Amino acid sequence: MSVDATTVRRIAHLARIAVSEEEVAPLQGELNAILAFVEQLGAVDVTGVAPMTSVTPMAMKKRADTVTDGGYASDVVFNAPETEDNYFLVPKVVE
Amino acid sequence: MTSLNELTLAEARDGLKAKDFSAGELARAHLAAMEKARGLNAYILETPERALAMAEVADTKIAAGEARPLEGIPLGIKDLFCTHGVVTTAGSKILEGFQPHYESAVTHNLWRDGAVMLGKLNLDEFAMGSSNETSAYGDVVSPWRRNKSDTKLVPGGSSGGSAAAVAAHLCLGATATDTGGSIRQPAALTGTVGIKPTYGRCSRWGTVAYASSLDQAGPIARTVRDCAILLGSMAGPDARDTTCADLPVPDFEAAVSRGVKGLTIGIPKEYRVDGMSAEIQALWDRGAEMLKDAGATVREISLPHTPYALPAYYIVAPAEASSNLARYDGVRYGLRVPGKDIAGMYENTRAAGFGREVKRRIMIGTYVLSAGYYDAYYVRAQKIRTLIKRDFEEAYASGIDAILTPATPSAAFGLGEKGSGDPVEMYLQDVFTITVNMAGLPGLSVPAGLDAQGLPLGLQLIGRPFDEETLFAAAQVIETAAGRTKLPAAWWA
Repeated sequence: MSVDATTVRRIAHLARIAVSEEEVAPLQGELNAILAFVEQLGAVDVTGVAPMTSVTPMAMKKRADTVTDGGYASDVVFNAPETEDNYFLVPKVVE
Repeated sequence: MTSLNELTLAEARDGLKAKDFSAGELARAHLAAMEKARGLNAYILETPERALAMAEVADTKIAAGEARPLEGIPLGIKDLFCTHGVVTTAGSKILEGFQPHYESAVTHNLWRDGAVMLGKLNLDEFAMGSSNETSAYGDVVSPWRRNKSDTKLVPGGSSGGSAAAVAAHLCLGATATDTGGSIRQPAALTGTVGIKPTYGRCSRWGTVAYASSLDQAGPIARTVRDCAILLGSMAGPDARDTTCADLPVPDFEAAVSRGVKGLTIGIPKEYRVDGMSAEIQALWDRGAEMLKDAGATVREISLPHTPYALPAYYIVAPAEASSNLARYDGVRYGLRVPGKDIAGMYENTRAAGFGREVKRRIMIGTYVLSAGYYDAYYVRAQKIRTLIKRDFEEAYASGIDAILTPATPSAAFGLGEKGSGDPVEMYLQDVFTITVNMAGLPGLSVPAGLDAQGLPLGLQLIGRPFDEETLFAAAQVIETAAGRTKLPAAWWA
């Protein structure tokens, strides 16, 4: 499978990365090189094989459903580009 | 007398204990060497004040007879580990100025044991690369050069800063991470020792994520013993990482001198890839001989799905990366570039903040996870991962204790030499290391000799899950037989 220029723009939008017109062609070439490389996986017989979900056999750790962390909002927002009263500020999303 | 920064970690530890020198002197020797080596660009950030303050505490502890396991040992920290109050960039512009208000589990464990932080080490952006050329903070230059040549070489990647700093005596050891070979490949290219432990041995908490099912932290150091000492402090259970194993940490240092008598070492025939250089083949044969001479049995084995590990990785890792890196949206940390609306702000921020290789991998990941392609790419790759792991399980079930392979397909290459047109050319650097991540196994790279141009080459040892001890034992046999690599003289100082 390979991607065309329209698909490159669509993927970029899905990935929320702005791509300029000049970047589309080189990206298309690079993505197609990778896709051509992974094409060989089609040759493997995977009938009856379960997809891997955990690389080491282990049961998911569980803990009591209690509050174990928190209470430091100013630390949480410390690195945010824009904040107000310990809230993250984003551009207006609802008119 | 040897400069203090040229001691091994174990020698420095003994010297501090014997009060031959102080932790302050040891830290200052390293800070001076770092200052002279800025041309190598191994450190993104030097933290001399913190280093001296930590060394002072160490000297107090030593004087009081309360020395902890790594008391006063100066280390470099890959800039992928979050360090409280110290800028952590992951090699990316998108995290410029990011000051974590928490400490990664691995670095926390090192400071708990008395280690001293010298600074944050350069790396490929978000650990995506095999040459340290994708960092937003510039290329790292290897301390190694070819015989009679001053061509600048890469240190490997993604832990290129870690490997270069250890090889150039700019720290006694360094933390690193390995998703597809990022500890073992740079270690091999710089004549240092690196181990990627079993998935789950070290907590991933507080380490910037690339591909969560493959990422694992480990050390790079100048000797097998030094690596064992460091891993002993870095590893251990952590409730904050649900995939971190609840297993006690073995005495790795004790395993170093265990020997290989009675062990069976597998030589996988599928690693004899087309076009393998005669030098690499000869190195591999010599490594097998060294283990045999020390009492191991060497046997050929088959890991039939080996050729599919690299392509399957380039589906699984980008898929996980596209999800993990969704958090860099200009809202919670780092860079924000305005746009006409919130989606425009996301798109502009990510376009300006991420480098080319990172964008490429996020886009591949987005594509293989998108509607209509998920089963054909992602699910198939995860099935192939099951098969890769099964190959290893069958080998171990047949009585193999560890597996010996080359670490890399070649010695270090020049800056700008690979991957400019076709990204796959660079990806092939990890052809021998990537299977280990796909199967979650421990893998260690140990220097085994020099090529005709005078550059170091490494061998890889692959172990059973949670049996790093056998790798340390076997690697010590190779280190002893091959002789420790003589690191380059400081041409950069």
